[in-house]
Amino acid sequence: MQAPQTTVDPTEIAKFEAMAAEWWDPDGKFKPLHMLNPCRLDYITAQIAAEFDRDTAGPAPFAGLRLLDIGCGGGLLSEPMARLGAEVVGADAAERNIPVARIHAEQSGLKIDYRHTTAEALAEAGEQFDVVLNMEVVEHVADPLAYLTATRQLLKPGGLQVCSTINRNPKSWAMAIVGAEVVMRWLPRGTHEWSKFITPDELYDLLRRAGLEPVDRKGFVFNPITWGWSLSARDLSVNYVTASVKPAG
Amino acid sequence: MDNPESRGILRVMNDASRILIVGGGLNGPALALALAQGGHEVTVIDALPEAQRETDDFDGRAYALALASQRLLQAVGVWDRVSDQAQPMLDIKVTDGHAGAGPSPFFMHFDHAEIEEGPMGYMVEDRHLRRAFLAAMREAPGIRTLGGAKVVAQEAHPGGVSVTLDDGTVLDGRLLVGCDGRRSGTATRAGIKRTGWEYGQTALVCAIEHDKPHHGVAHQFFMPPGPLAILPLTGNRSSIVWSERTEMAARIHAMPEPDYLEVLRPRFGDFLGRIGLAGGRYAYPLNLTLANSFAGERLALVGDAAHGMHPIAGQGLNAGLRDVAALAEVVTLAARRGEDIGAPDVLARYQQWRRFDTTALVLATDAFNRLFSNDNPVLRLGRDIGMGVLGALPSLRRGFVREAAGLTGDLPVLLQGRPI
Repeated sequence: MQAPQTTVDPTEIAKFEAMAAEWWDPDGKFKPLHMLNPCRLDYITAQIAAEFDRDTAGPAPFAGLRLLDIGCGGGLLSEPMARLGAEVVGADAAERNIPVARIHAEQSGLKIDYRHTTAEALAEAGEQFDVVLNMEVVEHVADPLAYLTATRQLLKPGGLQVCSTINRNPKSWAMAIVGAEVVMRWLPRGTHEWSKFITPDELYDLLRRAGLEPVDRKGFVFNPITWGWSLSARDLSVNYVTASVKPAG
Repeated sequence: MDNPESRGILRVMNDASRILIVGGGLNGPALALALAQGGHEVTVIDALPEAQRETDDFDGRAYALALASQRLLQAVGVWDRVSDQAQPMLDIKVTDGHAGAGPSPFFMHFDHAEIEEGPMGYMVEDRHLRRAFLAAMREAPGIRTLGGAKVVAQEAHPGGVSVTLDDGTVLDGRLLVGCDGRRSGTATRAGIKRTGWEYGQTALVCAIEHDKPHHGVAHQFFMPPGPLAILPLTGNRSSIVWSERTEMAARIHAMPEPDYLEVLRPRFGDFLGRIGLAGGRYAYPLNLTLANSFAGERLALVGDAAHGMHPIAGQGLNAGLRDVAALAEVVTLAARRGEDIGAPDVLARYQQWRRFDTTALVLATDAFNRLFSNDNPVLRLGRDIGMGVLGALPSLRRGFVREAAGLTGDLPVLLQGRPI
């Protein structure tokens, strides 16, 4: 059997494999992701609710939706989506994350289909989803356009993709690399390569070229006073997120 | 969601997110109602049998509900059940007095006309609140109450928490909430230590009947042995909270009724006419106790279990209901995001929201009490002048009025009278 085509850079996978075991400790190595998570979930749940006309105050609001979480890691997004009733496939290119995520889902009483695979392999296998979560992945891939094209193929017509990444400018270099990796040591040094960061306009352009229709973008803004993250309609200068749909026709 | 079939689905879907509340006093039921409204399945474990909570005899206990607390009761469907028996507090008069010597010339007068929201708060008797909570819980979908059940063990594990009752029943949940008072067994079993001290004072609590109407005015007198509050109840009745040094309080508490009244009468003069006791008499030794943490592994502490404070400003229940509103909001928003409601990062949000606020309030009421429970002439002059200054500055006073009504700070939506 032929090995799946992949655009994932192998050195990137190795970096994350080294970090896998501590996924679920909110004060551990993934503290920054745990801190950002409520804000990411607020955006994702609001976008899904709007696109598929669901009420998150009701029971199992995402029932009937098939959802793919690319780069699922320990399951920080997969578990909430499953808890909201979605049928979740969690995919990660780092093999070691899969058992970690599986054990945790079992402890939480959740049924999630975790797979050691890539977006490209899933697309090739003809898998189809209502929602694709593509969070903090695109800045780690070798060929963003090829990768985003694969994520578009994974969507059913009318499906929704939520994609977040980091902007490329002097501020994002100062915050994401100097701040998060060097000063705060939130992330291991070398987690990010600044040259791979993508501006919001570049991402919109890439999404369109991949055959998706961008519909919304917001910034994730860190407030050093409250020590927490919030969504911003105007400030996309460092971390930001986009929503796009696959045209129905 | 009105048809029974969809409610059935709700039950199944939320079963994994069941929340276990220990304590059936006032905060426990308030939290159960707020959480049930947010779509959660809740079990309330109460050491007292329901029949005992249900009694209608007036036992003399009453609460001063701040306006924000009244809004929470409204939002969870309890207020309409007690509003007929609630006495609005229209004014609060604070004065520095010497027993027998009458009040000092400097008055502080907090008038509800200074805030737009209406009365500053309400006095509601314990019996009416208890019965209203029980009735509301019976009607709310998703609430199960276990009366006369004691918790003997609790254990947190990665996916949830288990509680063992004295009859051997084991209950599972995602989150355990201790609403079991200042000697919280829930906190103790979780190994959460407390900081605190004794005041050497005891609060004497009783209700009185009087000849003259109170006109909805609450009075607080500051006397050297401790503060005395006269809080208006419905009709010509008032609730009295009266602090004395513990030895003296024990003697007064043991006195026969006529002698008790003889001691009480000169302390606030004769503006209410002849007085007589209505309901029982209580003595509560005053101590301050603050849990070192408001959250543990799959555990949150609410009300006196988190913070037992000096009842000087009637802030105990109001602070508890703030915890209730904050925890219900944190947990409900977390559930809507799909988060695990018992996860440490979710509980840290509750702790962060409430602990600073509470610690500030506990220390403020403590400092307030130390300042006023004192016969040092310098402090006395200082506080008389302070009251005069406060009385002369409307904007500063308005701030105090809003604070007393519970309308300041980062307010949970339930305290604004809105659903989550």
